[in-house]
Amino acid sequence: MNESYLAMITIFILSAFVGLEVIKKVSPLLHTPLMSLTNAISAITVVGAILVTGSGSHQSVLSTVLGGIAVFCAMTNIVSGFLITDRMLKMFKKREGGKPDGGHKS
Amino acid sequence: MITQVAYLIAAVLFILSIKWMSSPATARRGVIAGVAAMTLGIGGTLILPDVDYFAVIAVAMVLGIAAGVPLAQVPLTAVPQRTALSHAFGSLAAALVGTAKYFVLSSHGELTPFVTGAIVFEVLLGYLTFTGSILAALKLQEMIPTRPITYPGQNIVNLTVLASAVLCGVLLVLDPTQTWLFFVISILALLFGVFLIIPIGGADMPTVISLLNAYAGLSAVAMGFVLDNNLLIIAGALDGASGLILSIIMCKAMNRSFTNVLFGAFGQSVKGKAAAGGDKTHRSTTPEEAAEYLLNAQSVVIVPGYGMAVAQAQHKVFELFDRLTKRGIDVKFAIHPVAGRMPGHMNVLLAEANVPYDHLIEMDEINPEMGQVDVVLVIGANDVVNPAAKSDPGSPIYGMPVIEVEKARQIIFMKRGLSTGFAGVENQLFYNPKTLMLFGSAKETVGQIVHEIKQPA
Repeated sequence: MNESYLAMITIFILSAFVGLEVIKKVSPLLHTPLMSLTNAISAITVVGAILVTGSGSHQSVLSTVLGGIAVFCAMTNIVSGFLITDRMLKMFKKREGGKPDGGHKS
Repeated sequence: MITQVAYLIAAVLFILSIKWMSSPATARRGVIAGVAAMTLGIGGTLILPDVDYFAVIAVAMVLGIAAGVPLAQVPLTAVPQRTALSHAFGSLAAALVGTAKYFVLSSHGELTPFVTGAIVFEVLLGYLTFTGSILAALKLQEMIPTRPITYPGQNIVNLTVLASAVLCGVLLVLDPTQTWLFFVISILALLFGVFLIIPIGGADMPTVISLLNAYAGLSAVAMGFVLDNNLLIIAGALDGASGLILSIIMCKAMNRSFTNVLFGAFGQSVKGKAAAGGDKTHRSTTPEEAAEYLLNAQSVVIVPGYGMAVAQAQHKVFELFDRLTKRGIDVKFAIHPVAGRMPGHMNVLLAEANVPYDHLIEMDEINPEMGQVDVVLVIGANDVVNPAAKSDPGSPIYGMPVIEVEKARQIIFMKRGLSTGFAGVENQLFYNPKTLMLFGSAKETVGQIVHEIKQPA
């Protein structure tokens, strides 16, 4: 096994631990927005889809078509994921009397 | 080089984005960090010298934006379906990239065992999460029956399909030129996704959505391995970790194991028991009387269940909360982790109805206080307040943590009828001498109570 594979596995394991620690601290109040946020974040696969769609050196009609569909799917998740997360978070207000869109407290 | 720096900053921002979700006060900052990270990631990729076919990429992106905007506008009761659908989109993207990558690399003779293994993992998880999530979304939308669909030998069929797919994967790693194996893996994975979700009932949806979330994240990680891309590995690992933690929380909240959720088909064996309680007596009450109890209380706890959301009663419930609070009565909401159709769903539904989030109390926090509560109002919940979960080892929900409403001085149980809950289990709370049953549609009944409690002069 070459070194770059080991490096990737190292990065995976470390970021999984970071993820577990960070997510454990998320308030159960926000678990639904958390899921739509991580959904949008994992749609960073759009990067892979772009690379497959239009990589000059490794290119075929099949990869452009499949890659294009993948870009569409990932982009849908990015847009809807971030928008709906923000829409939900706006609704969390501390006390009545606040403006309908006054969700963020300093 | 610029791309690598952009990826590094993006990875840090993704982690911060989730970190800021720890409290509602900083959560919206998390979204901004996420968007910034995404922009950096995409921008960093588009400037790579090797990237071409911008027209195809641009058209796909525009179409994705056009589809994404309306998907973000769904009613909040439909958020679980939307989430399932987005797991489907995400995993399909991973599976398609894996498929494209397999054929491109195979035509160049560049398939190493490691990359082939990662592609197999990516495609397997991607396709099974795709069909599984589509099916989960259809079940949540009630376009197909939400009851578990079971048949004899189901688990053996499912395990055989999965084992065959894994076996084909191993064979493909050993000889990456056997293209037919790739097709078999893809088809088996698509089938397995369907088989996996068919036996799962509505009550298990919060767990299943979380589990599919973890799978979608892991398929993104596999894509990172295939493409040698650290940003994908990090973001996928975060998503996978989130899905895993939420699945564990959901399983604990129902006292069930993963294997039990996936292979158990809840609610099948217990159907017959429901009829047994016909000869017990319950006391019913009227909205007027209920209003009187509430007005005479000092502390009130409302236990909402998904029935409240189905009846669209949350805005009426907020009015009730508002009027009682204005009279100086302490009103809290007790939220069971599986009160909605996905983790945290009930909080979002109540927040939409304007209930301030500091009045939404998690089960573990409110249970020790239940003894001091004057009146508990249960609206559209059933299994999550069933004391049989603690007292009756024979009950199918035995061991599941519940909100201990029976400790309160008075229980008002709002319900359509004496039917059982999701799990199909009888609730002995109906026959508790402290319990008053208030029958009717939640929306109308709460409306009548609100009407009785006039605005303070």
